[in-house]
Amino acid sequence: MTDAPAASLRDHHGPWFGGYGGVFMPEPLMAAIDELAACYEACKVDPAFQAEFARLSRDYTGRPSMLTEASRLSEQAGARILLKREDLNHTGSHKINNVLGQALVAQRLGKTRLIAETGAGQHGVATATAAALFGMECVVYMGEVDTERQALNVARMRLLGAEVVPVTSGSRTLKDAINEGLRDWVANVDSTHYLMGTVAGPHPFPEMVRDFHRAIGEEAREQTIAMTGGLPDAVLACVGGGSNAMGIFHAFLDDADVQLIGLEAAGDGADTERHALSIERGEPGLLHGMRTYLLQDGDGQTLESHSISAGLDYPGVGPEHAWLHDIGRAEYQPVSDAEAMEAFLALTRAEGIIPAIESAHAIAGAMRLARELPGSTLLVSLSGRGDKDVATAGRWFDVLDEDARQQ
Amino acid sequence: MTARITTEEAIRASGGRALIGYLPAGFPDLATSIEAAVAIAEAGCTAIELGVPYSDPGMDGPVIQAATQSTLERGFRLEELFEAVAAITARTSAPVLVMTYWNPVLRYGVDRFAEQLAAAGGAGLITPDLTPENAADWLAAAERHDLDRVFLAAPSSSDARIDRAVEASRGFVYTVSTMGTTGARTDVDDAARALADRIAARAAAAGTTALRCVGLGISTADQVRDVLTYADGAIVGSALVRALGAGGVPAVRELAASLAAGTLDGGPADAAPAIAPSSTASSSPQKDASA
Ligand SMILES: Cc1ncc(COP(=O)(O)O)c(C=O)c1O
Repeated sequence: MTDAPAASLRDHHGPWFGGYGGVFMPEPLMAAIDELAACYEACKVDPAFQAEFARLSRDYTGRPSMLTEASRLSEQAGARILLKREDLNHTGSHKINNVLGQALVAQRLGKTRLIAETGAGQHGVATATAAALFGMECVVYMGEVDTERQALNVARMRLLGAEVVPVTSGSRTLKDAINEGLRDWVANVDSTHYLMGTVAGPHPFPEMVRDFHRAIGEEAREQTIAMTGGLPDAVLACVGGGSNAMGIFHAFLDDADVQLIGLEAAGDGADTERHALSIERGEPGLLHGMRTYLLQDGDGQTLESHSISAGLDYPGVGPEHAWLHDIGRAEYQPVSDAEAMEAFLALTRAEGIIPAIESAHAIAGAMRLARELPGSTLLVSLSGRGDKDVATAGRWFDVLDEDARQQ
Repeated sequence: MTARITTEEAIRASGGRALIGYLPAGFPDLATSIEAAVAIAEAGCTAIELGVPYSDPGMDGPVIQAATQSTLERGFRLEELFEAVAAITARTSAPVLVMTYWNPVLRYGVDRFAEQLAAAGGAGLITPDLTPENAADWLAAAERHDLDRVFLAAPSSSDARIDRAVEASRGFVYTVSTMGTTGARTDVDDAARALADRIAARAAAAGTTALRCVGLGISTADQVRDVLTYADGAIVGSALVRALGAGGVPAVRELAASLAAGTLDGGPADAAPAIAPSSTASSSPQKDASA
């Protein structure tokens, strides 16, 4: 179940990342997964596919995204903080990169229907957007809990023409939305592509999703060198499943001097039972078709995760992260709800940028690291903008007026 | 412990007209789940498929999912599974196959799980999300503890994948009737017949035979009868779980008896015998009636 790492960490391919990854899926889906893997292998080396993906990334998403020096925040923090602005992408987060890539693959497979799971709603919105753009049908599964905390994104998806299905099983969050999506896929595999929203799931998803996000790190690496004359000391990104983190880490994997730090959601706190610390507190196990670090009990039952951030509220993590953790190439640290919200406000007030609460976890990690490494250069993935989180943050900071509260 | 009848022997003893009933272990509580399993064996089930409640049941439809979720909420632990298997096999000779997603086994320890299952008198495992290519540890453990391993073949499976399922399986090949999750359907797809024929042909080409039991979406005696015209067994799950949930052990016993009528040649579905017929369709030569 293991394989030797490639000479360059950047060249490592699935299905296995060390002992993580693989394909653990019900037999009825194996044909679709094999077909997808074969199709993606062909897309990788097809210049026409890559050119179309590059065109969409440029003309539709708005790539390359900017690198913004957060000067006032840097002053407060005592380190130079650079923000990779995935929040400026069309639809407001990094998720659109992957969605456009997979929609192209789905089109090549002859599929006419996209299904997706979503936590924060950003992936659902991105998928609904691509479905509109490509003229495909779209169904998005979303935990009932998340439909409540991300009501704005539910409305966006519906406006885009997608059907949003609230999932009432299990913990009624992201994990259960994935289960429902996979069920739909079994029943409709002929017409349907399951558009996995993060670097998780069975091979080829972790590798394919990573590849569609690689531009984040490649652009940021060049932009950082252009701006500062060198590489950053550390690259920080929040980790739910870990797609924005994999995207920005990937370009730096072979730069041994660059610290890679993933920030996991610690919810009520790392010393409580209510968190989403898959790597720090999980054990290797199987979920959603992959072997990875997983929050589970002694019987192998998946435990519920908790985070104020719907996008990080996932009890597993992408297998490449599990491997990078084990080989010591990346480090994973907890950020609690309270720390994330403090960073959320700090960035908002210092720079006039309202981040997604997911991204605020990465900002919090950077503020903390700045205290340890004063004067360092820290590259932070600002994976999304905070519009979707305004109600949550408004409640947290008690700035929502009564009328808005009624909604 | 007396030598137990294997799954394959039980299906052959049924004249290749097996009825396999699925129930979740521990639903609605441990004692009732044991009574229910014994009752359906007595009513004519050739073998019992005992499901392990799991937090992320990817293959299950709403009925089984709701039942297993409530079982987990009640506090189900894997110890209960082994207790249930031991209690059921003490009272009926129908083989008890455990249907489980793979993570609970992995977490428990593959060999430890196999050892405990064998010690409890279990016949083997049905593994919906463990395909033969990932099953080396399980196959070795199954060999050591003389357990059946049932892999799935689906209408979408390639010939190569069917070959692997045939080669790795012992007991029968779980012949997935339709693309979808568990749950009663009005029509069992024609896909099932085509798949059962493909499995037989692939096995013959490889110079072996494979018993084929069809599952997913079967809920009536007529469907059982229909399936048995081309396969060696019919697997019924959601309908039994629903009956157990709604009407307890008497209801599940009654439904099993009515389904068992479908295993009889031409017999009308509603003229179900109260207990398993004593001829070839009976699940077990010895113990049922005495239970
Ligand atoms: C803005 C934003 N960042 C991060 C994430 C977490 O996903 P991942 O860990 O795959 O980057 C989400 C997920 O919804 C998101 O919306």
